[in-house]
Amino acid sequence: MSALLNPSHGFNRRQFLKMVGGGIAVLVVGGPAELFAQDRRRMYPEDLNAYLRIGADGRVTVFSGKIEMGQGVLTSQAQMAAEELGVALESIDMVLGDTDLCPWDMGTFGSLTTRMFGPSLRAAAAEGRAVLLNLAAAKLGAAKTDLIVEDGVVSVQGSPDRKVTYAELAQGKKIARLIDEKAVLRSVAQFKVMGKSPRRLDGREKVTGAAHYAGDVRPQGLLYARILRPPAHGATLGTVDTAAAERRSGVKVVKLDDLVAVLHADPEAAGAALADVTAEWKTEPLALDPENIFDHLEKTATKAEEKDHRGDVEAARTAASRVFESTYRKGYVAHSPMEPHTAVAEPKDGRVTVWASTQTPFPLRDQIAQALKVDTQKVRVITPYLGGGFGGKSAGRQAIEAARLAAATGQPVQVAWTRAEEFFYDTFDPAAVVKVASAVDASGKIALWDYAVYAAGDRGAALFYDVPNARVRAFGDTSYREEAGPQSRPSLHPFATGPWRAPGARMNVFAVESQIDLMAAAAGVDPLEFRLRNTSDERMRKVLREAATAFGWPGPKAGSGRGRGIACGIDAGTYVALIVEIAVDAATGAIKVERVVAAQDMGIIVNPDGARMQMEGCVTMGLGYVLSEEVPFKGGEVLVRGFDVYHLPRFSALPKIETVLVKNDDVAPQGAGEPAIVPLGAAVANALSDATGKRLYRLPLTPERVKAALVS
Amino acid sequence: MKSSIQFRLNGRPASLDTDDSRKLLWVLRTDLGLTGAKYGCGAGACGACTVLIDGKPVRSCVTPLSAARDREVTTIEGLARDGTLHPVQEAFLEHGGFQCGYCTPGMILTAAAFLHENPAPTREAIAARLEHNLCRCGAHTRILDAVETASKTTTAQAKGGKS
Repeated sequence: MSALLNPSHGFNRRQFLKMVGGGIAVLVVGGPAELFAQDRRRMYPEDLNAYLRIGADGRVTVFSGKIEMGQGVLTSQAQMAAEELGVALESIDMVLGDTDLCPWDMGTFGSLTTRMFGPSLRAAAAEGRAVLLNLAAAKLGAAKTDLIVEDGVVSVQGSPDRKVTYAELAQGKKIARLIDEKAVLRSVAQFKVMGKSPRRLDGREKVTGAAHYAGDVRPQGLLYARILRPPAHGATLGTVDTAAAERRSGVKVVKLDDLVAVLHADPEAAGAALADVTAEWKTEPLALDPENIFDHLEKTATKAEEKDHRGDVEAARTAASRVFESTYRKGYVAHSPMEPHTAVAEPKDGRVTVWASTQTPFPLRDQIAQALKVDTQKVRVITPYLGGGFGGKSAGRQAIEAARLAAATGQPVQVAWTRAEEFFYDTFDPAAVVKVASAVDASGKIALWDYAVYAAGDRGAALFYDVPNARVRAFGDTSYREEAGPQSRPSLHPFATGPWRAPGARMNVFAVESQIDLMAAAAGVDPLEFRLRNTSDERMRKVLREAATAFGWPGPKAGSGRGRGIACGIDAGTYVALIVEIAVDAATGAIKVERVVAAQDMGIIVNPDGARMQMEGCVTMGLGYVLSEEVPFKGGEVLVRGFDVYHLPRFSALPKIETVLVKNDDVAPQGAGEPAIVPLGAAVANALSDATGKRLYRLPLTPERVKAALVS
Repeated sequence: MKSSIQFRLNGRPASLDTDDSRKLLWVLRTDLGLTGAKYGCGAGACGACTVLIDGKPVRSCVTPLSAARDREVTTIEGLARDGTLHPVQEAFLEHGGFQCGYCTPGMILTAAAFLHENPAPTREAIAARLEHNLCRCGAHTRILDAVETASKTTTAQAKGGKS
């Protein structure tokens, strides 16, 4: 057991038993092995996974490393626990992302909460229910099989007066269960809490201003830090003069070798003091810009990985009467959460507690401990609500800065990045290139698919079309680098890059589904029919058909400057098809997406309205990377400081969005937070081609690019 | 320069002795402990810091404290009265007009002020009014649904008041 309960994760069996106190606690050991195999990477340690406690007051506390950043998992995790335990949703309390209290977790990303963590959480709750039923059977003198549970009350079937509550059963007990994840979970037909759409549990706090984010935590004696920043990535600090700042009243200056900060009890005073700091920076010129970056990526990303190879690609190329060769491109995209990276660190009693806007509390705790050169047990990360994450808050530089400054001053310190810092230190979605050569035979079947992606990785590149001769290769190391400095500056990118809502998949599916569409057009086949003809994947065929039905595909012929586009993809175990209708302003080149139908098969649905919210969010946020968002830069200098230069989607860009939940109760719950954002680029590009006869091969589809294409 | 400044804050008198050129956002968040208004951009461009002065929405990150002198300041914490949510708050709950919740106080206050002056706006007018409030999660559809629903409630209440 000691091997399973690895204390390096900071939470061991002894602690667990101590924490149980009164009541009943259930801990799941091990993880969903089949899912590990499916993803070929470990997302959980073998020691600890889901954990929940049924208190003597009947309330249930769920401890989870999965954090709430808007995606609704506070509510959906509570629903899963309530369902399997047989209690009302209202009796669940959630503790998320606290490294002292929650089981270790790698982080909240990849739409993994429901599909990977969900089974463990449900198993823990199901075991809790089994324990309580055993206790109830003894207490009521009835067979376990004769018992029914409703809202935390166990009664004997047919004798409703013979009953006992979970609270009564947990009273005076001290039971800890450590189980393997083998519990029999409730079926869709039995669901009372799952499959429903209760109001979000974080709602009242969020509409009244009571919801706390990292910057809202204000310990006594808090100092606000402003940090000296380089003018460009790759710049090194020469001389620095803090004398003028130090003369200001109430200012503390911290100078560590790579971290110069001014601190003050008033955040504005700290900002004013920073303006008094003068520094000389050495910058290395780097001749990269948003136009030449693509050649650079192709030249630099040489390490190839073959992801798929079937049939005879060369023979198919020779045999083809026409080979379609295309190059697709996409620039860097910022996460731009409304809450910039923020953290508050408080040193106390030999430990440091850090409240951080982070998607990865446990890895962050280890990084902070490393930075402070202390044992991980000396660091506690607490994750309040996040004001958006989208992958960007997997990087926790601001929390490390806050912890270091707290250690240096001995006082609580807040580091809250300004919007300009947020743009500068964002781990951007990488620019990427895809090259495809493909061919279609006389019967409208795809005969050749030779695909190479540079710098985006292969997520979303796997073929779901039936192609006899195919090769899929991914070039370039896609491991992300958070740090940007002269030593660590990645040679592939001029600054830090990282995961961004469905990383890689947006680029790959843009390329794949654009290429499919242009082949359909060349073959003179309706794009929906072409896709159906070329895939035997029944889940994909179903989402395509349901999207088409909801849209009324193809409908009457579109008028001048109007077009319709279709695209589909698989992400996070979920199948999705989008159909969009757009209007193109020939004078300005502006695209207005007017209508989007999104059909999605995500297996069993935990919370239908929550799933729809995520689909709508994907489509709306997605309008940015598709139409307007591209980070301007010159070498290591990020040429954007605020929202005046970098355009997020606004209300005026909002299309009518219709979501279709494709029923598939045969499949366990899959991801919902990312899939619908994936096919939007191709759907809109395909609609542009339908509207104007012109195809764009680069995202975003800005008015300038559309206009240039129209006059060419 | 320190000076004495009085105003009403969420229905109660407030008095401070501080530099009145400080931005209202930071005075609210630090001196007054009201953290509902959020920093989003520091340039008045995103609306996360929105509060009401005499019922009109202002971007508190670029508004000096002096603008509040002798006025009534309403923050998201003061919109619900006696535990009863404002119709816009209630509608945001009903429609799920938020995801991460960070832009929500600014959205709600802007919408509440708008409905006060325009009791029965079209959906297009609501969208136009909220154009300069940014939301990154993509809750826009639900936000419009919520404000539309709230407008029906406030209109009904206004009519009820007149009859």
